[in-house]
Amino acid sequence: MTKSQRLFEIYRTGLVILIALLLSLVIILLVSDVPGEAMKLFLTGPLDSLRHFGNVLEMMVPLLFTGLAISVMFSASQFNLGAEGAFFFGAIGAAFIAVNWNLPPVIHPMVAILWGGIIGSVFCGIPGFLKIKWGSSELVSSLMFNYIAYFFGLYLINYFLRDVNAGAMVSYPFAESAKLIRIIPKTRVHFGLIIAALAVVFTAVFLHRTRWGYRIIVIGRNIRFAKYAGINTDRAILLSQVLGGFIAGAGGSIEVLGLYRRFTWQLLPGYGWTGIIVAILARNNPIYIPVAAFFLAYMRIGADIMSRSTDMPNEFVAIIQGLIIILIAASSFLAKQRHKMVVKEAML
Amino acid sequence: MSDAADVILKMENITKVYPNGIIANKGVDFSITAGEIHGLVGENGAGKTTLMQILFGLNHPEKGRILLEGKEITIGNPNAAIAFGIGMVHQHFMLVPSLSVAENLVMGVEPRKGVVLNLPEAVRITRELSEKYNLKVDPQAAVRDLPVGTKQKVEILKALHRGARILILDEPTAVLTPQETDELFDELKLLKDEGNTIIFISHKLNEIKSLCDRVTIMRAGKNQGVFNVSDVSEQDISRLMVGRDVILQVEKGPAEPKETILKVNDLTIVNRFRKNAVDDISFSVRKGEILGIAGVEGNGQRELVEALTGLGKYAEGDIGITGKDIKKLSIRGIRDLGTSHIPEDRMTYGCAADLSIEMNLIAYKHDHPDLNKNLLMDMNAIKDISDDLVEEYRILCSSPQQEVRRLSGGNIQKVVVAREFSSDPKLIIADQPTRGIDVGATEFIRKRLVTLRDDGSAVLLVSADLNEVMELSDSLIVMYGGKITAYIENASSITEEKLGLYMLGLESQGDDEIGRVCHD
Repeated sequence: MTKSQRLFEIYRTGLVILIALLLSLVIILLVSDVPGEAMKLFLTGPLDSLRHFGNVLEMMVPLLFTGLAISVMFSASQFNLGAEGAFFFGAIGAAFIAVNWNLPPVIHPMVAILWGGIIGSVFCGIPGFLKIKWGSSELVSSLMFNYIAYFFGLYLINYFLRDVNAGAMVSYPFAESAKLIRIIPKTRVHFGLIIAALAVVFTAVFLHRTRWGYRIIVIGRNIRFAKYAGINTDRAILLSQVLGGFIAGAGGSIEVLGLYRRFTWQLLPGYGWTGIIVAILARNNPIYIPVAAFFLAYMRIGADIMSRSTDMPNEFVAIIQGLIIILIAASSFLAKQRHKMVVKEAML
Repeated sequence: MSDAADVILKMENITKVYPNGIIANKGVDFSITAGEIHGLVGENGAGKTTLMQILFGLNHPEKGRILLEGKEITIGNPNAAIAFGIGMVHQHFMLVPSLSVAENLVMGVEPRKGVVLNLPEAVRITRELSEKYNLKVDPQAAVRDLPVGTKQKVEILKALHRGARILILDEPTAVLTPQETDELFDELKLLKDEGNTIIFISHKLNEIKSLCDRVTIMRAGKNQGVFNVSDVSEQDISRLMVGRDVILQVEKGPAEPKETILKVNDLTIVNRFRKNAVDDISFSVRKGEILGIAGVEGNGQRELVEALTGLGKYAEGDIGITGKDIKKLSIRGIRDLGTSHIPEDRMTYGCAADLSIEMNLIAYKHDHPDLNKNLLMDMNAIKDISDDLVEEYRILCSSPQQEVRRLSGGNIQKVVVAREFSSDPKLIIADQPTRGIDVGATEFIRKRLVTLRDDGSAVLLVSADLNEVMELSDSLIVMYGGKITAYIENASSITEEKLGLYMLGLESQGDDEIGRVCHD
């Protein structure tokens, strides 16, 4: 991509976000009885206290992991939507270890996260395997697999981890040694943020600076060319799905070990889906994932804060997210301007 | 030079820029007079096809206007073009293979009986048109069973049936044998006598000389001038076309063939229609020689190349490269034997157009120890070899980091060739190596192939371009219907006409003669 093209893509994404924000303000204006207050909280609420800003960073962590996971899988042009299930299932795996095993502090969460990652790998690897072996659409099978993850996960919690003395369907408490430490006082921001930052660097280097990443990217751009050049496409596709699954599974593990005392999810947490938006905003480039994750986390926390003190429900964030996806995916949005730019450059 | 009253169609100051930033037309003026055959020549990528697509409503210019009989018109889409009496026969035929000739001909303007197609009427219309213009076709034959030349006639009839008075033919002879070309020219002259105007796109100058009244020459998106064909020589045209004198003759000494590198034995390939696409053929290519495969496209060449490179499977027979059987080898395994492959379609197999030149150049050797430092790729080493290749192969680009998509056809092909030729190949399979690229790049690639031959590579050249295959090859085989119909040991000893007969399957050598292509 030339510099002007890259600038244009940034401008285009920025414009999409601006349009989405303007629309959200219009919705607030239409729906709320106290629109001024609601807008102020939505836009600046996350900045009004350290605790609120801490909420944004906490929210960023799972989005970083699922966004990275999806960008790795999508880089190979495999539309594996299993990040949601891998995140959930990985978290259950980590909960198992956190509850049942006795390990020294630093080792305990490491083992739990690794184990969660491995479970995520297997989970996202299966649709990849079905694809290369029998050509079944990874999109359909991974989507269905999320249900398997959900119900099988609930079964495991219910029969093997459930604390019968607790009022709800939750697991036994995690061992203290398994929990991740908090890194910013007066917030719940935990060590997972640092792991996430390392994961961003690792993924960026892996995709753009190693031979394995090279294969994944070539396959994503033109799989016929990859085959012709002698790349073992099956192996590289599987690798991308397994790695993506690992990141998602580890992300789920980190989320429960960092924020919770027990495993409490009764529903799929939805970070896998939001991760798709993160990956789309970042154009599958790991370097841009933090920006996209921060933006979405900020918006969600803003909406949360707003909904607590005004009459605006925070679900309206879903409308904004939908609009962002549609505008970014719509290739004809700003296509005329892009063509004008190309013409201008070419005629120089 | 022509009376303004005769001018039927005029394009003024046409400028077109493609989304990848390539300027296809730059302020082009173009005009034709009624009742002439007007040649439009230029190298590949000079903007001929784009200009005609604008005229046919398939492309829309950034600037410029079109005047039909003095009135300015806007051509939004092909339907509008047809309404103005402009018809186009494309390089790639736009026909439905499973339908009959008559059904294809009337498609979109069907005669009806109630709500259904009136087939007898369609057949009658087809027969009538066919007789009127002396373009012989069988109205009831299915299009998929027709030879290429006949399909082209159907396309021409289709345009005429829609009321075209101005007919655009985009490189119509590219797919034809010499015999079919002669027939087409007679038919076109007849059409002209009937009062039709024809725009004939080509880059074969002898055809322009023998068919056209006037010629417009294009180079690099600009009009280089309009001439009466009788006033200019082929050399004049070619100089304006390329911008310098060209010698398309490749200078090469006699081949000095050594040991056999590629050996094909009783090879049969069954295609997905369960037909024998390649039918029990044997041949061999030796180190230091270029063996050409001539033939009309679709006679088994593609399947053969796919089998040789590992992209496709084969049912029976053996293929050996440097003495190793490749049946069980992966594509990578075959490449590791020293095989290079220039694919016929550079955009599908030859490159990842969204990636940079660098990333394309290293595709086969991306995991070579020279380009990796432990776990990471050595970006400096990659940059170095890319810079070298870009320079050595004279790839015109802003930098090796530029996306391949933004290069011209000839430069994209140079990227492919640079990658494939730089790996010290023992066997080069060159499938249409110069298709659709400019003369400069063509010359460059052909010279390289000869150099590689002299340096000891075995070259298998597959080309639908008769000139190329005759000039470049040391020996030739001709394929027709999946079989080898002739082996010509000395490629320079045969005439185009004779080759045409073998290509059409009208003549065939005996098994003994063909068998000589298997050495040792």
